[in-house]
Amino acid sequence: MLSRADTHRLPLVLGFAVFLIAVFLLVPFLISVTGRWNFYFTLTSVALLSVASAGVWLTFYIGRINIGQGAFALIGAYVSAILVTKAGVSFWVSLPAAGLFAGMVAIVIGLPILRLRGVYFAMITLVLTEVVRLTALALPITNGAKGIVSIPLPGELSLFGITIIPDFATIENPKLAFYYTACVLMVVCFASMYRIVNSRLGQLCRSMQQNEELASSVGVNIAYLRVIVFAISSFFGGLGGAMFGAIAQSVYPSSFVVKDSIDFMLNCFLGGLGYVFGPMLGTLVLYFGWDLLFELGRYQLLVYSGTLILLILVLPNGLLSIRFDRIRGLWK
Amino acid sequence: MEQVIVNGVYLGSQYAMIALGLTLIFALMNVLNFAHGQMYVIGGFVTYTFYGQFGLPFVLALLMSCVTLAVLGALIEKFLFGPVIRRSAREESTMLLAAGIAFLLDAVILLVFGEKQRGVPKIVDGVFNWDFRIIIPYDRILICFLAILSIVAFISYMQFTRTGRALRAIAQDRVAAELMGVNVNRYSMIGFALGAMLAGLVGGLLVTITGVNLGMGGPTSIKAFMMVMIGGAGVISGAILGGFILGMLEAVGLAVLSQYGDITYLAIFVALMIFLAIRPQGLMGKPWG
Repeated sequence: MLSRADTHRLPLVLGFAVFLIAVFLLVPFLISVTGRWNFYFTLTSVALLSVASAGVWLTFYIGRINIGQGAFALIGAYVSAILVTKAGVSFWVSLPAAGLFAGMVAIVIGLPILRLRGVYFAMITLVLTEVVRLTALALPITNGAKGIVSIPLPGELSLFGITIIPDFATIENPKLAFYYTACVLMVVCFASMYRIVNSRLGQLCRSMQQNEELASSVGVNIAYLRVIVFAISSFFGGLGGAMFGAIAQSVYPSSFVVKDSIDFMLNCFLGGLGYVFGPMLGTLVLYFGWDLLFELGRYQLLVYSGTLILLILVLPNGLLSIRFDRIRGLWK
Repeated sequence: MEQVIVNGVYLGSQYAMIALGLTLIFALMNVLNFAHGQMYVIGGFVTYTFYGQFGLPFVLALLMSCVTLAVLGALIEKFLFGPVIRRSAREESTMLLAAGIAFLLDAVILLVFGEKQRGVPKIVDGVFNWDFRIIIPYDRILICFLAILSIVAFISYMQFTRTGRALRAIAQDRVAAELMGVNVNRYSMIGFALGAMLAGLVGGLLVTITGVNLGMGGPTSIKAFMMVMIGGAGVISGAILGGFILGMLEAVGLAVLSQYGDITYLAIFVALMIFLAIRPQGLMGKPWG
């Protein structure tokens, strides 16, 4: 006999299982059947970009518009690349290190700038993206405009002599390996996001999103909370960026620019700010849509932006709001 | 040093005009207009078409830029921003729309005007030379003068006309303005058109000096955001001040820091971040405006 909480959770668990099967079995199967191997790269990018977008979504969750995720993705990519090429560290160690470093930078920068709100915060994070790009151009360790190239593929990861992840250079199909790695990263990231949102921390975030003064007056330590959330958000950004650098095997100052920062934000908006899985759907639609429209040539941007504007006009609260409205309509 | 100051004033006068349009739109609608840079580029291309290709007088071409952008701005407000602001749950959703419009305008510019760099013949020939201490072409002086004239005209329009008073009332408090009988929807449209028109005007003015190309839109928007932040969002005096300060910083930075490589903008950005950490609302802004 299932308890009430379990029956409540059942659709969620089922949905999660279906999602896992689709991502890890169905997609590779369909790709091998149709032979569109280039889709692997697209879908891997979608998975990684959605990880970074998830971070942006989390800052939205405390009521801040974050247009600076490109900065943290770039920081992550550089930290991982420098660790792998210059210090000879294994990629699997550099990946969390990149995330942690991005998180630490976020704490240092976040302490002053998280005092800003609304468009002020949005604009200063936008400026932050430019700052990081220009810093990467100016610093000697990042190798300026030439960037860091020919980064080796991720090596073997073994624990107590047991190989957990084989060396990517020896795998006959590294594209598939990257796809699986990116998807695992995405699943773990969104699962932890779901956990955060449905925890005490998530409730505190919601109270902040509604009214910061009120939350603070009932004893929520908002100064601490917003820095923590910003650090988590940037951690995701750093992870996504580091993995992206490993796939491209190169990092340039122009790897993540203002356009990318804006894209991360748009992914969240398009998916819907009220839904944890919004950024994933938003990234899929925006990135995949752009790729599919490639065949239109010079009309690509026109059709893309036109569709985007239409979507906003029809669903101003994000793609996922469509389901929400219909269910509520049925209840009435 | 005199040369640096003159360069700063020249840059500042154009920047102030761009920032004015952006801040006006922000004050009225609480919309961060990502497409502002693209509007500026369209203004440049319209002037290029009428003055450079059809051979019409420059003033007439400039007028065409203003009219085109004003109509465009009004349409965008009426059919895009207005409905979305009314219907979305969170105000920030307009940012997605603004970015979408920026992409759309980029696409339109690409299809209509192409991706080449375009320039027009000089409007005035000759170079002003004061004892080799200040060297500045006459056309730059003229453009700078026209820009300052437009700023003065804009401020007097906002101060002394009925429309200007209504716009200022909406910027101060939208609900109160509506209660006092201001037709908020109509004046929002007029305000958006006015902001877009300013972008078009400065685009038209600058095409005579720097020319115009498709890629100028995005960087212009970022610069405009910076100026608005320096001065304080939604405040007219702040936008003008921010424009002149950024122009000055850029001129001084290029003169002083050029020996250390291309770090002028890095220095400006870092200074801006420190400044905003100390004074979040900018020089003239109201807190959390």
